[in-house]
Amino acid sequence: MRINVTSVFVDDQAKALEFYTDVLGFVTKTDLPAGEHRWLTVVSPDAPDGVELLLEPSDHPAVGPFREALRADGLPATSFAVDDAQAEYERLVAAGVEFTQPPMTMGPVTSAVFDDTCGNLIQIASMHVG
Amino acid sequence: MVAYSGRMDDAVFRAIADPTRRILIDELAARDDQSLFELCVRLMQGHGIAVSRQAVAKHLAVLEQAGLVQTRRIGRTRVHHLDLDPLRSAWQGWGRPLTESE
Repeated sequence: MRINVTSVFVDDQAKALEFYTDVLGFVTKTDLPAGEHRWLTVVSPDAPDGVELLLEPSDHPAVGPFREALRADGLPATSFAVDDAQAEYERLVAAGVEFTQPPMTMGPVTSAVFDDTCGNLIQIASMHVG
Repeated sequence: MVAYSGRMDDAVFRAIADPTRRILIDELAARDDQSLFELCVRLMQGHGIAVSRQAVAKHLAVLEQAGLVQTRRIGRTRVHHLDLDPLRSAWQGWGRPLTESE
């Protein structure tokens, strides 16, 4: 058994694909019709055969209250690894991304949290030595 | 008014009697308007305090009751704003004999 797909709920799949590819830099892995929606996944260009991120429609009635409660407390829906959180923060701010938490270094981890414009807060984190 | 202000002073001194709450005050003084998540990360990773999110929320509620913290929304996220006026007021009411004796 292995983990090959993880997901974030998105308000609008087309808009999400644009943000996750054009802005964040992921690439489309699978895009297949699935009922009224799409089975839509992206991967990191650094790991095209790695774990896929499913951009999952948020139309289930439980998703709205669940995500509102997470957002109210500033909790990210998921976390992505980056080489340098500070540099990534600067790149994304220049691209117009809004951060709810600027980079913060705590021990060996630097993390920051941004709004993915599709209903989620997303954390980026880098590990460093010393 | 005197009775009210006395009760507020009690709430302020109770609020700052706890070391975790004093750290929360320090962290909000360093960076205001933090979410519950960010404060939890700072407590757990920055200070090595093993504490649940619910416990941090309770500490923040005690600070809020004492008037030291106010919550407001930035977008859809609730953030915590530090207000040190109740602490100043409690100190002025109670700490003056100490300064005068110096």
